[in-house]
Amino acid sequence: MSRHLLFDRIDEPGLNTIGVYERRGGYSAMRKALQMPPEAIIEEIKQSAIRGRGGAGFQMGQKASFLPKGEMAKYLVCNADESEPGTFKDRELMQKSPHTLVEGIIITTYATGIHRAFIYIRGEYQLQADILDQAVAEARSAGYLGENILGSGHSLELVVHRGAGAYICGEETGLLDSLEGKRGNPRLKPPFPAIEGLYAGPTLVNNVETLGTVPTIINMGGAEYAKIGTQGSTGTKLISVSGDVQRPGNYEIELGMPSREIIYGLCGGPRDGRSVKMWFPGGSSSPVLLESDLDLAYDFDTMAKAGSMLGSGAIIVVDDSHTALEVMQKVVKFYAHESCGKCVPCREGTNWTLKMIERIEAGESTPMDLDILASAQSQIIGHCLCVLGDAMAMPVGSIVEKFRDELAEEIEAARERANSLAYATA
Amino acid sequence: MSAIDRRPPVPRYAHGSRVPGWDEAVDLEKPPATVPDPALTPVPDELREAIEAEMAKYPDRRSASIPALHLAQRHHGWCSPEAIAQVACVMRLTPAYLTSVASFYDMFYLEPKAAHEVYVCTNITCSLLGADELYERMCQAAQGHDITVRGFECLGACDIAPMASVDGEYVGPLNLDDASLIVEDIDAGRAVLEHKQLRHRACADPGARSE
Ligand SMILES: Cc1cc2nc3c(=O)[nH]c(=O)nc-3n(C[C@H](O)[C@H](O)[C@H](O)COP(=O)(O)O)c2cc1C
Ligand code: SF4
Ligand code: FES
Repeated sequence: MSRHLLFDRIDEPGLNTIGVYERRGGYSAMRKALQMPPEAIIEEIKQSAIRGRGGAGFQMGQKASFLPKGEMAKYLVCNADESEPGTFKDRELMQKSPHTLVEGIIITTYATGIHRAFIYIRGEYQLQADILDQAVAEARSAGYLGENILGSGHSLELVVHRGAGAYICGEETGLLDSLEGKRGNPRLKPPFPAIEGLYAGPTLVNNVETLGTVPTIINMGGAEYAKIGTQGSTGTKLISVSGDVQRPGNYEIELGMPSREIIYGLCGGPRDGRSVKMWFPGGSSSPVLLESDLDLAYDFDTMAKAGSMLGSGAIIVVDDSHTALEVMQKVVKFYAHESCGKCVPCREGTNWTLKMIERIEAGESTPMDLDILASAQSQIIGHCLCVLGDAMAMPVGSIVEKFRDELAEEIEAARERANSLAYATA
Repeated sequence: MSAIDRRPPVPRYAHGSRVPGWDEAVDLEKPPATVPDPALTPVPDELREAIEAEMAKYPDRRSASIPALHLAQRHHGWCSPEAIAQVACVMRLTPAYLTSVASFYDMFYLEPKAAHEVYVCTNITCSLLGADELYERMCQAAQGHDITVRGFECLGACDIAPMASVDGEYVGPLNLDDASLIVEDIDAGRAVLEHKQLRHRACADPGARSE
């Protein structure tokens, strides 16, 4: 059930150039779309029922239709910040087939009446940003960007904007502030970006993969696309699998594929003699699942029902050679570092959670501290401006819940180690 | 607890903050730095032109702050007060504004750095596969060389974990011996660990390769 739309022969040499891309049928969806009325394109996207690939899983067609109609300063921002730990799918697409994204952006802006678009790419992706710059220049020379594209009356300026290293700039409103040249602090919502976004104009923010799928939807037709996958999770999904598996990397799957087939079938599972201890189904922000959850279908609704989320489609596998404490510490350290500091529950909550974990390691905790740790998480969830705070609290809460016995043992063991050390030095 | 992070804690000043000067009384007599006077702030022509080209890309010139700081950092080696003043002069912004922006983002240096930099990813996947030892080894190997080594958050290349970004070039999966090879390549001015560069790696999905 792996099926290849976006990754179809992705490693073909030269696919990053417009010549090879067009020889393979690239930009035919754009030509087709420019002949259609804009509303008909939105209708196709709605029918495809594609859900956003950046994390939240909101239907793209619906979001695009929130944008006010008519001529005004409206913007499209492609979110290529890709900083959710475990996620690296957009990187592969942008590096190997950048024109897929450019074509998707041209179609989407035509459908929504937008004339200025930006690709906000994380600053660390230097190679991919250079490739995108090249692709944009090629598309411009071919007459696919600029004024009156192919005589359609549609005009578009597309700029590749490099960030400078901050996870929070993946959050759409933090991204908009960053793109305005400010510190990347998230904004209070509402107003949502579709109403008031970049430079206070209506702004459509979508992930690379979401926009990159638009040409496929136009070529196939929305209804046909919706037949792929499951009813609530249509289409194929690029997934990044990493951690304790033998064949880590990016794969394109049909949504609804059993998770076991992904982790064991495609990726070879953990090394021989090891078993899956836990796995993050959607990046490090998603609550962990266990080995017993491996038979669940990998789609948005099933993951949500299991108490987790599909998120960005980044599966991180942890085998039984690692402790739950070690995993939790890494996760927490990241969010403590990346909290933008704007709201108290997140800024203090992430840092105090880290301190609590460091106390466990130092042998200064009692098992009762696990209750405090868990309650701190529930005080963060839902009490922050953006969901970065929740993004730490949810996985940490799930680890404390699912590995409580192990953590309690670790607390006792660390205390004993600390005690015997104290005796030895006394 | 070998795999638990043993990196040294973030350096903190006596007052507990990571930011210097928080416990120093503000000199209220001193006027805040204003937008630099072009007549008194020489800016190298190429830097000025590059920043102006960035500003022209956006409806609001301020959007060019990050690209301009990247340019200035490349030119001066770090976001020195002089570099910030030059960007401020061209963009017609205050140095304080640009400093506040620069201090938000991990890739900008408000203190001098070495000519070369190695980011070792120490986030979840890389650390499961040995990044903490790799980071220590990298620090040792780089000692005495013109290289800044930093532990970094997920660089978006967990498929080649444990990995590092060497002057922007992604390499992995790395073993402990690669640390000294990276230093050798940097010193020799060669492409770094060519056979481990991400740019040459095929997609893992077997179906994506076939017809
Ligand atoms: C802390 C945080 C980080 C995020 N990082 C990313 C990211 O790196 N890339 C991305 O596409 N979306 C990211 N998102 C989700 C975006 O806010 C937004 O929902 C998404 O870009 C919308 O695009 P989509 O509807 O196509 O998924 C992040 C959200 C949060 C709260
Ligand atoms: S939840 Fe955290 S990252 Fe998000 S705005 Fe608040 S402090 Fe910033
Ligand atoms: S965890 Fe190291 S690159 Fe993602």
